[in-house]
Amino acid sequence: MSALRTSSSRVLGASFGARAAMLPTRAAFTRSMATVSETPAEPEPRLKTFQIYRWNPDTPSEKPRMQSYTIDLNKTGPMILDAIIRIKNEQDPTLTFRRSCREGICGSCAMNINGQNTLACLCRIPAESSADVKIYPLPHTYVVKDLVPDLTYFYKQYKSIKPYLQRDTPAEDGKEYRQSKEDRKKLDGLYECILCACCSTSCPSYWWNSEEYLGPAILLQSYRWLADSRDERTAERKLNLENNMSLYRCHTILNCTKACPKGLNPGKAIANIKLAMNSS
Amino acid sequence: MRLSGLQREVLALYRRCLRESRKKPESTRAHFEQFARTEFARNLALDKRDFAAIEFLIRKGRRQLETYASPGIKDIH
Repeated sequence: MSALRTSSSRVLGASFGARAAMLPTRAAFTRSMATVSETPAEPEPRLKTFQIYRWNPDTPSEKPRMQSYTIDLNKTGPMILDAIIRIKNEQDPTLTFRRSCREGICGSCAMNINGQNTLACLCRIPAESSADVKIYPLPHTYVVKDLVPDLTYFYKQYKSIKPYLQRDTPAEDGKEYRQSKEDRKKLDGLYECILCACCSTSCPSYWWNSEEYLGPAILLQSYRWLADSRDERTAERKLNLENNMSLYRCHTILNCTKACPKGLNPGKAIANIKLAMNSS
Repeated sequence: MRLSGLQREVLALYRRCLRESRKKPESTRAHFEQFARTEFARNLALDKRDFAAIEFLIRKGRRQLETYASPGIKDIH
């Protein structure tokens, strides 16, 4: 069986090779025609300066500082993340930041860009303005190094709300827990959260009370489990929020909704929790 | 001498490091004590008014202590 498969793939590869061999001659022909009239114009370099927060934990007595890097936008991708990866590759390998998916699904590259918390991979480089781009780590977080914030406590808070399905009764068919389409719809706008901490670190209430107040990201997740029709510990979850600090430090400032790079609405989720707490 | 709050925090951290070392197996206890001592000695030259740096090092120390205090860790080099 495996021998058959390899032989067929080899045949496929050969046919591809034949087609590829055809291509270059045609391409070379068109190129030679073009060079007669056109000279390849070197485009005007579009220089942009990035001011990036630098701090090294190995020399703690040195103060944090802003370092400027200038790069040509013509040779760089459109996003801020492309720019800082380029700076790290070509200008300063000591620049430190978190990144992974470069498409806004992992939430690693959350940082404060021009005063706004966003994901660097979803934030375009403002090409039209000539002003410098200022990049800081997420505000009011302890800095591990350069643009890397310490999110240990954030994750601890996430753990404290028990972000998983809690049930005692087994499923009816013994296989999976079913849910109506309407019930599933209630989770839209909640399950998409990637826990990048952009919203929580933009919330003044969270800045002053991050020890006890859960913050918008965690409350959004909290509501995601409260709203889930399959979860059976709703009462217990509500009881855990029934105090001054965990939930009611939210004063509907709505910085969270403004900051969310995924376009979610933590403010509304918190309002819904408050409503649910009141109705029971 | 009266100590400032920050100085007392540093001493408390040092004390906790040594106390946690006592919970380690007798054969490797000296390694833990030695490690804690060198970590503190490394920053002895720090200016005592450099609060930001001291606070950072205290945070870092607490985090390290939490890691090394877990009973799974038996030796340190």
